[in-house]
Amino acid sequence: MPTLSEAASKELLGAFGVPFPDERVVAAVDDAVGAAGEIGYPVVVKLGGDGIAHKTERGLVRLGLGSAEQVRDAAADLLAAATPEDGEVHLLVAPMLRATRELIAGLHDDPQFGMTVMLGVGGILAEAVADVSFRLVPIERVDAEEMIEDLALQRLLGPFRGEPAVDRAAVADVLLGLSEAAQARDDIASADLNPLLVVDGRPVAVDALVEVR
Amino acid sequence: MAVDERFRALFEPRGVLVAGASTHPGKFGFVSLHNILACGYAGKVFATNRDGADVLGVSTVAEVADLPDGEIDLVFVCTPAAANPDLLRACAKKGITAAFIASAGYGEAGEEGVAAQAELVALAGELGILLAGPNGQGVVSPPARLCAQIVGPYPPAGHIGIASQSGNFVSSFENYAQLTGVGVSRAVSAGNAAAVTVPDYLEYFADDPQTRVALAYIESVGDGRSYIQRLRGVAERKPVVVVKGGATAGGQRAAASHTGALASDDRVFDGAARQAGVSRAATVEQGFELAASFATQPLPRGNRVMVVTSVGGGGVVAADAIGRSDLVLAPVPDDLMADVDALLPPRWSRNNPIDMAGGETRDTVPEIVRLAASHRDVDAVLFLGMGIQSNQAKLMRDGPFWPDHGLERIVGYHERQDARYAEAAAEVSDATGKPVLVATELAVTSPDNPGPAAVRAGGRLCYPSADRAVIALDHLWGRSRWLARRGLG
Repeated sequence: MPTLSEAASKELLGAFGVPFPDERVVAAVDDAVGAAGEIGYPVVVKLGGDGIAHKTERGLVRLGLGSAEQVRDAAADLLAAATPEDGEVHLLVAPMLRATRELIAGLHDDPQFGMTVMLGVGGILAEAVADVSFRLVPIERVDAEEMIEDLALQRLLGPFRGEPAVDRAAVADVLLGLSEAAQARDDIASADLNPLLVVDGRPVAVDALVEVR
Repeated sequence: MAVDERFRALFEPRGVLVAGASTHPGKFGFVSLHNILACGYAGKVFATNRDGADVLGVSTVAEVADLPDGEIDLVFVCTPAAANPDLLRACAKKGITAAFIASAGYGEAGEEGVAAQAELVALAGELGILLAGPNGQGVVSPPARLCAQIVGPYPPAGHIGIASQSGNFVSSFENYAQLTGVGVSRAVSAGNAAAVTVPDYLEYFADDPQTRVALAYIESVGDGRSYIQRLRGVAERKPVVVVKGGATAGGQRAAASHTGALASDDRVFDGAARQAGVSRAATVEQGFELAASFATQPLPRGNRVMVVTSVGGGGVVAADAIGRSDLVLAPVPDDLMADVDALLPPRWSRNNPIDMAGGETRDTVPEIVRLAASHRDVDAVLFLGMGIQSNQAKLMRDGPFWPDHGLERIVGYHERQDARYAEAAAEVSDATGKPVLVATELAVTSPDNPGPAAVRAGGRLCYPSADRAVIALDHLWGRSRWLARRGLG
């Protein structure tokens, strides 16, 4: 099934209240430098496009760029790395967010139960830890709140390493937004918000991938 | 939705026909008739037999046509699959509206069986007959003293409605009912569930005044979304306890998305069940205990538990179990502290668990249980330590000194006390509308001990351990919270 580009995925889900960082989509190296200046350093620059689903595996994400020069070099490298199969590409410039806690959220169309919404503990060990909770779409706020309660790693959601407790209402908003998106758009086959970073207690999705049918 | 009258024909028939009654005591057609007669079914019993032979004193006919009209509601079918279409047609003419098909040779038996099953379903639909089974072990309905089942046991009457995709687990639940005394309203093995499925039975239980809680064993759910919506409809009205087999069979989905990769069958089912207010039990044994708890205890309005114990270690372990659950140990309020101080020597724990530390006299236990349960800052009570004195009393009764040396008198006292504790727990629960659970391993190791025996006589479950009582109470609280959060409490 085809995937939307990261930028298009974010635009789609952002309309349902899913929080994303302040980022810019640009076409050229100079524009990337300009965008980085507006956002403030350090930044992340990624190569985007409808044909690009797995950026990290292909080295198409450049993290922690601290100067205009670094952004210029990275942007030029990324554009040069595009292949003909990638189709039309663009550069996505975003602030470099730091977070010690990562969640994962998404939509999954289950063969038996139909569309489901998921919340889990994220990070590179997400699949091994498998601390996740599912509900059938549509969900109500009480369901979203109970999904957060379902997670075994509740201590991760409290005050943690000098950061405030996770804003549960804001996480519930993300889940409700996903549920609403799935209801409004029956062409959504799946969605991943991975990672859903917890920045100063609030969830921010720094990556999004929507599969459409 | 109006109650399908045909479920009444299945569970409260005016008369029952055993089709294919046999003189051979190993055959379904003998055993089912035996069980119907032996368990004291109150309605009329009829039977067909190819040769018209008497079976267990029942005179049989060879043809259904020779039976009276309008006196039979339910046919229990033991005849071979090939004979059943004609049988159903003849039954319909007699006014029979429910059939339990015990016969095999259907959906479980290859392509031909699948075709025969589809035909039978279609025919029953045309005839307006409710078709239970096929390939099921039977239907039990103690309020009607009906045991139309090809295996034991016949459970005591109570308020648990059971529907199962596995016949043997119907027996398992019935065995636990027999062991614990917490009885059954209806029990049915869905067999191949060709026409009537587990959710159909559960929806009937929601309407059934005899049933307080629905207990189901399920494996496949087919269209999961519609299945879970139906379970939710029942759960909004009565507790639904589900044991789901095959929890580990469906592995992770092969999926492009990370979310999909995390979506195993079991995780999705688990979330859907929570959303629907279904209480999911981890094991068959736990399934029965949860159902028995819903059937015999009120729901707590909060999660604050007071543990009252005469056994120190038991209290500590109960507190640990509460720590692993969504329940909390209620702090001992000042006024309760003062009340307990007045009843016990100063060595008592002065904390929750209220460990009486051997300071109790004749009336202390019932009084403290009553004080704890009555307090506005306590939502539930767990009482531990019942039966210990009677356990010693048993040694005295069975020993060489009985009944001399004052043994008779002390034994009688101990046994009356333990029975009294059990009675007090139930009385206080009834009076306060709060759950009061009693736990001791004597419930299984020494069920005749007057403590557990009195809990049984009072119609409640004596929990075999504090841990299991806490799990049950946690589920009671889970349902209470689910209802309250949705404005259904």
